[in-house]
Amino acid sequence: MGWTRKVLRVNLSKGTCASEPLNMEWAQKYLGQRGLASRYLVEEVNPKVDPLSPDNKMFFATGPLTGTAASTGGRYSVITKGALTNAIACSNSGGYFGAELKMAGWDMVIVEGKAKKPVYLLIQDDKAEVRPADHLWGKSVWETDALLKSEHHEPQMRISAIGRAGESGVMYACIVNDLHRAAGRSGVGAVMGSKNLKALAVRGTQGVKVHDFPKFMQAVTAGKKVLAANAVTGQGLPAYGTQVLMNVINETGALPTRNHRDVQFEGAGRISAEAMREKRVTDGKANLVRNQACFGCTIACGRISQIDKTHFTVANNPKYWGAQGGLEYEAAWALGAATGVADLEALTYANYLCNEQGMDPITFGTTVGAAMELFEMGVLTTKETGGVELKFGSAEALTKLAEVTGMGEGFGKEIGLGSKRLTEKYGHPELSMSVKGQEFPAYDGRGIQGIGLAYATSNRGACHLRGYTIASEILGIPEKTDPLVSAGKAGLVKAFQDATAAVDSSGLCVFTTFAWTLDDIAPQIDGACEGGWTAARLLEMGERIWNMERRFNLDAGFTAKDDTLPKRLLKEAAKTGPAKGKVNDLGKMLPEYYKLRGWSPEGVPTNETVTRLAL
Amino acid sequence: MKVKVKLFALLEDYLPVGARNNEVEMEVVAGTTAAAIVKRLNLPAELCHLVLLNGNYLEPGERGSRPLAADDVLAIWPPIAGG
Repeated sequence: MGWTRKVLRVNLSKGTCASEPLNMEWAQKYLGQRGLASRYLVEEVNPKVDPLSPDNKMFFATGPLTGTAASTGGRYSVITKGALTNAIACSNSGGYFGAELKMAGWDMVIVEGKAKKPVYLLIQDDKAEVRPADHLWGKSVWETDALLKSEHHEPQMRISAIGRAGESGVMYACIVNDLHRAAGRSGVGAVMGSKNLKALAVRGTQGVKVHDFPKFMQAVTAGKKVLAANAVTGQGLPAYGTQVLMNVINETGALPTRNHRDVQFEGAGRISAEAMREKRVTDGKANLVRNQACFGCTIACGRISQIDKTHFTVANNPKYWGAQGGLEYEAAWALGAATGVADLEALTYANYLCNEQGMDPITFGTTVGAAMELFEMGVLTTKETGGVELKFGSAEALTKLAEVTGMGEGFGKEIGLGSKRLTEKYGHPELSMSVKGQEFPAYDGRGIQGIGLAYATSNRGACHLRGYTIASEILGIPEKTDPLVSAGKAGLVKAFQDATAAVDSSGLCVFTTFAWTLDDIAPQIDGACEGGWTAARLLEMGERIWNMERRFNLDAGFTAKDDTLPKRLLKEAAKTGPAKGKVNDLGKMLPEYYKLRGWSPEGVPTNETVTRLAL
Repeated sequence: MKVKVKLFALLEDYLPVGARNNEVEMEVVAGTTAAAIVKRLNLPAELCHLVLLNGNYLEPGERGSRPLAADDVLAIWPPIAGG
């Protein structure tokens, strides 16, 4: 068990919903969520498909531990071919939606085709129905959430929806559940919008059964004790959240600033976790209200903030005066350091808008950063920007663009392209800080060598969560490595990538791995699922998943040439800090990485590797 | 000589009077080490997890032996993580 063994297949072209058994042979090889849904994707979707065509499919997938008593067991992922990247996309979200879907009795929802008119999917335990959503189209995520709960007289219903960004073709539109948790990256919301699917509304009351209850509870209890006793998951993350990294990464000289022109931001302290806790001069209140946990989580790293009512962004707009989700580190960095904006309240507002209209703040912020550089070069002028003085550091420009991009209006349509398409359009593709079309997160590959390799080889485009070597290179988890040294990083990246793929397939949050190893996770899976799950088996499965994703991308047309970094990181040395004078040593790390992966020099899994992993 | 000391996250509470923006300038004698600063500020040893000297990681073995130089920047965090 752990699995419900049921898949809901929804055909939007026909308006049908059908239940089918989960492929248990695949479940034993790929477990759930990321791995299992990717296996379905590989089976059912042509890698060369246009992501925004009806032939692309979406897989909303839970893991076997989703909805159980395991700490952080509330995760689900959306797997599809990404609109932003044209690569395999897997966006993972917390909140409560995943657990609700599982408790409704479904391991996975497969969405195929395209509805003629806007629709939403209603799931009430075993019953599922495609319903008209004309009244929801044009509404924000927040409005959609409220309308659906009211319409169904069901306050406990969980909603996963797109906002106006997803409707209007913002290429990095995301899918937001529970108001401010998101399947955020790679444009999965744009795919959903292209299908005229506004939302999934779910109510589940059936609970989740596990294979061996006493064994499961013993493992879960032991795991929770480890999380509570660990200083990071028991104290640091609940108190300061991910935002605590702002000052750390700035001090280490790896905080990408102003579209990666600099590696340290003079305003970092003003947008940090520490700043969020400071009382404001204007109203005597702190930006941070409290922390928040997702379903079943005993860490509770989430931030709930409240904006300064006198701030220029909201002074005349009480709608934003209430407490909302954010800022988390990645959003604060992308909206702040990447654009040179050090106004915490402005970043908070821009982040609210990203949640409200459903767009990835990382790609939004970094695209604004790229546009600001184009503006300062004179390539973009106020003629193109609709009168916006798009200068680095301008909180007015940032927040104005968040408003028009979320609504799909004016120059916001151009910002909605993402940095790759935008900079190509204006003749400067070298200014897009991206890999495979997806923008970097908040760590500079010159100051942290391993993460540069992780970005270059990430299957969903630049991403820190595919192999979070920051844990080792900066934070010393599980052991400290030197961020400025590239030797040995190929193995480190591979180890993180494989382990993460396993965790992402379980229903658990990857943040548990600041305290847990696979030896802590395996007994929990083994208690929930039949099949004899060990850490070694999970690690091998993670490697299998990584290679399967790689194969999909190769078949989609990606080659080893795409495993690279922008010229800025390879040729322009860091100007300040410990990494001053350094570029990323990708050329040294990549061949070793291919070799360790069992890939040819062209980056293709060899027959031996394919056989070894039973792909 | 003067050095700059920065304390973050749970260590904020240990910042001496006069500290601003998580940092304070301290007058120290030649030969002062990171460990001596930790002791002088009464920082709990178990909370001094990540120690950076001018942005570079200071190994635990160096914290009591490597003397600080004038204008050095010492930054200290408890065990933390993010993503």
